[in-house]
Amino acid sequence: MDAIFLQVLNGLDKGSAYALIALGLTLIFGTLGVVNFAHGALFMLGAFCAVIMRKILTISQITLDPVRTNFLGKPLEIRTPYVEIWWGDAGSWMIDYSVLLSIGFAIPVMAIIGIVMERGLIKHFYHRPHADQILMTFGLAIVLQEIIKAIFGANPIPQSAPDSMSGAVDIGVLFGFAEYAVIYPYWRLVYFVFAAVIIGGVFAFLRFTTFGMVVRAGMADRETVGMLGIDIDRRFTIMFGLAAAVTGVAGVMYTPILPPNYHMGMDFLVLTFVVVVVGGMGSLPGAILAGFMLGMLESFSSMNEVKAILPGIDQIIIYLVAIIVLLVRPRGLMGKAGMMED
Amino acid sequence: MSGFITNRRGLIKSGTVLGAGLAMPTIFTASSAAAYTNAPTGNGVTLGFNVPQSGPYADEGADELRAYKLAVEHLNGGGDGGMMNTFSSNALSGSGILGNKVEYVTGDTQTKSDAARASAKSMIEKDGAVMITGGSSSGVAIAVQGLCQEAGVIFMAGLTHSNDTTGKDKKANGFRHFFNGYMSAAALAPVLLEMYGPDRKAYHLTADYTWGWTQQESIAAATEAIGWETVNNVLTPLATQDFSSYVAPVLNSGADVLVLNHYGGNMINSLTSAVQFGLRDKMVNGKNFEIVVPLYSRLMAKGAGENVKGIFGSTNWHWSLTDAGSQAFVKSFGEAYGFPPSQAAHTVYCQTLLYADACERAGTFNPCGVVEALEGFDFDGLGNGPTHYRAGDHQCFKDVLVVKGKENPTSEFDLLEVVQVTPRAQVEYPIDHPMFAGGALGDCNPGA
Repeated sequence: MDAIFLQVLNGLDKGSAYALIALGLTLIFGTLGVVNFAHGALFMLGAFCAVIMRKILTISQITLDPVRTNFLGKPLEIRTPYVEIWWGDAGSWMIDYSVLLSIGFAIPVMAIIGIVMERGLIKHFYHRPHADQILMTFGLAIVLQEIIKAIFGANPIPQSAPDSMSGAVDIGVLFGFAEYAVIYPYWRLVYFVFAAVIIGGVFAFLRFTTFGMVVRAGMADRETVGMLGIDIDRRFTIMFGLAAAVTGVAGVMYTPILPPNYHMGMDFLVLTFVVVVVGGMGSLPGAILAGFMLGMLESFSSMNEVKAILPGIDQIIIYLVAIIVLLVRPRGLMGKAGMMED
Repeated sequence: MSGFITNRRGLIKSGTVLGAGLAMPTIFTASSAAAYTNAPTGNGVTLGFNVPQSGPYADEGADELRAYKLAVEHLNGGGDGGMMNTFSSNALSGSGILGNKVEYVTGDTQTKSDAARASAKSMIEKDGAVMITGGSSSGVAIAVQGLCQEAGVIFMAGLTHSNDTTGKDKKANGFRHFFNGYMSAAALAPVLLEMYGPDRKAYHLTADYTWGWTQQESIAAATEAIGWETVNNVLTPLATQDFSSYVAPVLNSGADVLVLNHYGGNMINSLTSAVQFGLRDKMVNGKNFEIVVPLYSRLMAKGAGENVKGIFGSTNWHWSLTDAGSQAFVKSFGEAYGFPPSQAAHTVYCQTLLYADACERAGTFNPCGVVEALEGFDFDGLGNGPTHYRAGDHQCFKDVLVVKGKENPTSEFDLLEVVQVTPRAQVEYPIDHPMFAGGALGDCNPGA
């Protein structure tokens, strides 16, 4: 029973990551009708916002150790971050909480990247076939990841969670399990809560603000909204920026779970597209539902007991479900009628 | 009329010869004219450095390239000579190889077997490389080694740790300086016994390809021999990023040791997951839960950050070694690039020097002469103590380092500490050992 509970937690954790990335992808497809294969790269760029933030906070004053030497026998360089020199414990706290502070850095940076990407490149492909859009955005993703590799190298760069949120928590006792029966990483629980807040925030923004109402109207009938004198293109551009920011902060918060590397976006891209297709292209609730459902399925299929019966099932379960859903319901679980059915 | 017939026959003969020549793969044409493939014709000799310049091991590939360039500089008489000054063989003089200036071309393996073969083939056919070297993956090494055997050039393997490279997939034209999975296990097991005791239950997560399989087989056999029980071995796809699904079942498996038969990004991510799940703080069977990483590299340790602290593993070489050869190499490399070399850099530097030295001693670039010079070669001064290139399988035998993640590193390079230099005798094995069974070394192929 405790093993099942552990996999439920794992499924929620994986699902929250899938749902969060798929949410941004769906926002873009639902508003602009663009199949954005550079979306994984936005996730990766968000993660590297955390890397950059930490590098900025750890810019250091260098002094030479009079006693110890380095590998060449020269005096050892001692690096003390300027924020610690200037602000003491507050500076140390900033470095410790750099991942959380990076959210404030990533939101404007990613929104600007999204808007520039949409205005500078993607808008020229609105009236081109989906195949052209896919080729262009996939090429863009490769360019972005190669730029990151050229600057930061190919190896993962570890980012630690704040000390107070590191390690694991004995969550099982809260649910009546024996002590230490279900231990779960603290930060993964934080990520789940964070994802829930962001998803709730995006839905609330779309439902309860005038801006959101106009965007939803534009998603339903772009021409009519335009005829009412509303500059829907401008709002959709802002939505692209919002989607990039959402995906970026998803990347920021994921860095303590997976040390960021230039390729991480590509690894999530395929999974996220499957999530969006299963949920229904353009359906925000569908993306969330499919994200959690597939995360849960992936988690349970990786149990040794399941794999003993169906070897390798954990590697194909998501694609297997995608095939079945597309055969039975081509529009996806919550997709609009007609979507991908022609 | 008869003149016409003669001309026609002549035409047919010429056409046949020309056609056969054109039909023959270009890889063999050079060797038809000379005694072996890509025999140097001018004053230079071209070496092919086939390293991952893109993909997940690009950083290791970059370090390998740095070392290769340093080796070329030293062979041509530039720089401070590095380990040429400490190498026990005195055949190298700094005037190139056999009087030929050393030149090089590079290829990108992308850590993909097909891409690595294509780049090696291109360097042999188009650039005239007389020797191919490099790589950061056993899958790539085995693929390129096979190609070099067919093409008739020498392959000096870079970073490859699978038993199969000099086991069932060994080739006469291929040589490995790097250690292997068996040697890691043989060095590590006694240290694990001393540190963690004999009554342990080990759970293995293993990368699902040739290196992972042979590494797991080796470490499981070695730890079972000291009394440990292997409770499970789960194969993980190479492309796995998030290992939480694989780590979570370990928690309630009854195991008190997790062995991560992972390398590179896989190791970084699986170790990060294991630490996040609190395995290192867990008590099982009345003992502290422990994690073991059989194959370490400094670049990996850097990627895993603080998670490596206190974790045992093995490595081929480390820059902190104090022997004259290691220090000479660290000085050359450090002054050239500003940081200490990795084990990958050390391995490929040694391989380049060993190849050049073999050519000098053999008096030829002919692969068969080089093979003869390297087989059974005993040497010292290249950083791992007295070393032997075994004739029967072309595997180097030397001391192996057992290392531990350093608790208090003084710099970003000071991540591992050497806890034991395991003597060569302890990691040697008979040539017919079951883990290396199958395949045949075969005969050297000069490409003629």
